[in-house]
Amino acid sequence: MDLDLDAATLAFQAEVRSWLAANTPADLPSMDTADGFEAHRAWERTLFDARLSVVSWPEEFGGRNASLLQWVVFEEEYYAAGAPARVSQNGIFLLAPTLFAHGTAEQCARLLPTMANAEQVWAQAWSEPEAGSDLAAIRAAARRTDGGWLLSGQKTWSSRATFADRGFGLFRTSGERHRGLTYFMFSLRAPGVTVRPIAQLDGEPGFAEIFLDDVFVPDDDVIGDVDNGWKVAMSTASNERGLSLRSPGRFLATARRLVELWETSPDPVLRDRVVDAWLGAQAYRLYTFGTVTRLASGGSLGAESSVNKLFWSDLDIAMHETALDLLGGEGETTGDWLDGYLFSLAGPIYAGTNEIQRNVVAERILGLPR
Amino acid sequence: MKFTLSEEQTQFADTLDALLAKSDAARAWATGNHEPGLAVWRHLADLGATTIATDGEPVDMVVVMEAIGYHAIPGPAIETIAVLPEWLDGALLATTAIPPHVSYAVDADVADRVFVVQDGTLFAAVPGKRVTSVDPCRALFEVTATAEIGPLAGAFDRGVLACAAQLLGAGRALLAKSVEYVKQRTQFGKPIGSYQAVKHHLAAVHVGLELARPVVYGAALGVLPASAAKIAAGDAAYRAARTALQVHGAIGYTTENDLSLWLTKVRALHSAWGTGQVHRARVMTELSA
Ligand SMILES: Cc1cc2nc3c(=O)[nH]c(=O)nc-3n(C[C@H](O)[C@H](O)[C@H](O)COP(=O)(O)OP(=O)(O)OC[C@H]3O[C@@H](n4cnc5c(N)ncnc54)[C@H](O)[C@@H]3O)c2cc1C
Repeated sequence: MDLDLDAATLAFQAEVRSWLAANTPADLPSMDTADGFEAHRAWERTLFDARLSVVSWPEEFGGRNASLLQWVVFEEEYYAAGAPARVSQNGIFLLAPTLFAHGTAEQCARLLPTMANAEQVWAQAWSEPEAGSDLAAIRAAARRTDGGWLLSGQKTWSSRATFADRGFGLFRTSGERHRGLTYFMFSLRAPGVTVRPIAQLDGEPGFAEIFLDDVFVPDDDVIGDVDNGWKVAMSTASNERGLSLRSPGRFLATARRLVELWETSPDPVLRDRVVDAWLGAQAYRLYTFGTVTRLASGGSLGAESSVNKLFWSDLDIAMHETALDLLGGEGETTGDWLDGYLFSLAGPIYAGTNEIQRNVVAERILGLPR
Repeated sequence: MKFTLSEEQTQFADTLDALLAKSDAARAWATGNHEPGLAVWRHLADLGATTIATDGEPVDMVVVMEAIGYHAIPGPAIETIAVLPEWLDGALLATTAIPPHVSYAVDADVADRVFVVQDGTLFAAVPGKRVTSVDPCRALFEVTATAEIGPLAGAFDRGVLACAAQLLGAGRALLAKSVEYVKQRTQFGKPIGSYQAVKHHLAAVHVGLELARPVVYGAALGVLPASAAKIAAGDAAYRAARTALQVHGAIGYTTENDLSLWLTKVRALHSAWGTGQVHRARVMTELSA
């Protein structure tokens, strides 16, 4: 048992660290504003040019074939440097794994490079008004037409769809519930698409409703087999809950800032909560190294990703609540900690609510009856 | 980077499990009949488990302590295995107090060697008054130093790490017992484990233990302080204990049921070897140094 990084990973870490030190921009405006979105898109392009936007991807699509361990190390360095939030995260972390697993060579070649350089920013269009936790209740449907499909219906809570370029989601092509769903990609600028921004708790339009009215999609933009979309979606859903969406790096960085905040006014009453926050971030880091070790020797993530999700989402809120309490009366005022707090509050809701994750842990890991 | 037990360590853990699963020494130990427990300890010594801290790595010591916790093995395990292995001198069991956070020497009535560590110095000691623990398997004794032996560095931190590992094992056992119980206990015509309130309690316990384990092993590797391990394992095991009692209902509240062996031990070890507050203060001192 050891936690030592190999020479190649150490060299990669050093390169990433010095590149970020030289290139990380000062605070960008919120990506949920029009200007901020474009500033974040430009930053993704800068990352891409240094071949750092998708380090774990194959080289042909703009990556470096980095190992999972190197990706975790990249994330630690990225957040430690205070680099911007990833505007392309739902493409590179959710759609890309699906394309790698189920997409055609043509789809990968056509879509992945522009995803990696953020020329196309993707939005996840899974949820619907009547299909939240119960995703199989999807109603938006696709009808056959010459050379493709016509999509109709309503998607909602789609993060960054306000300014994004393309969407991906499940549409009903036949049958009921999990059967008869098909995985489609579509342009958010296509005729028949209406995007209505929705202001989140911080007042910015961080997600949107998407109305589709006979939106044409060519056959080339179906992922996997028709009527097999549920399996395609679920095979990579653990990426969202698990490691890839929220690696330890960001929580380690938050914990470090929290300890620094405590040191500026060492409130003895809050000391234990600061220690717990710091310790939670360390625990998640080491837990992740265990996962990486297991995956490297051929294991799969599966239901374990629910453990990740439950842990990081609660940890994130606890860290930010502690920071706001340390700030005293100033905790009410806008700033990085308040922004982070409002963001953290959604963690137990998106990517499968924590109630659903606890069901998964209890039923699929502990083996309790349904 | 390979953050998992080696094949040999896994095999060793399996061997320990097979040996300790057969033990039902705890109840006898609690009434002062030490013989069945001593037989287990002789087996452990034969396997090399009691001298593992000097013969192996800290990770091996943690493997042993986790197994001891899982099977609620009675006896001065932390003291013998983690704190005093160099001072066993061929004997089976040793115990010590390390004031201020370890006020009593556990099982000083049965240990072959009794010590006290004061300010980093090891003294031979004699047991005095007995104090009753919430855990009937832990006979606590006040001790008086008799003769100075010499410096003993790191004794407290080694004990803290071992205590964390024991708590982790006990917590895992409590979860396993709870899962088993809620699958077979029926109320309102269904197994109680099918009710979401019960599921969610146990899922939270699982998450706590899953995230505590790497902290304990990380502390064994020296990347985190032993105090971090005690905080994480102490809280996770304590939550496992509270939840185990709740999902068992009244049967869990009895000494008749074996669950009580783990419930009382977790409460005892949560207080022993430094409370959560003590260890959080130590961690913060280190963090802001
Ligand atoms: C900030 C944010 C960003 C999001 N981004 C996206 C996105 O990009 N794309 C996208 O498709 N969606 C996105 N979502 C939507 C998210 O996936 C859904 O909110 C989530 O799946 C829950 O659905 P719901 O909101 O309809 O809540 P509901 O499913 O109505 O749940 C409401 C409450 O009931 C509980 N509940 C429901 N069913 C059960 C059950 N069986 N057992 C126990 N409790 C239950 C839930 O846990 C929750 O507490 C986002 C949400 C947020 C908050």
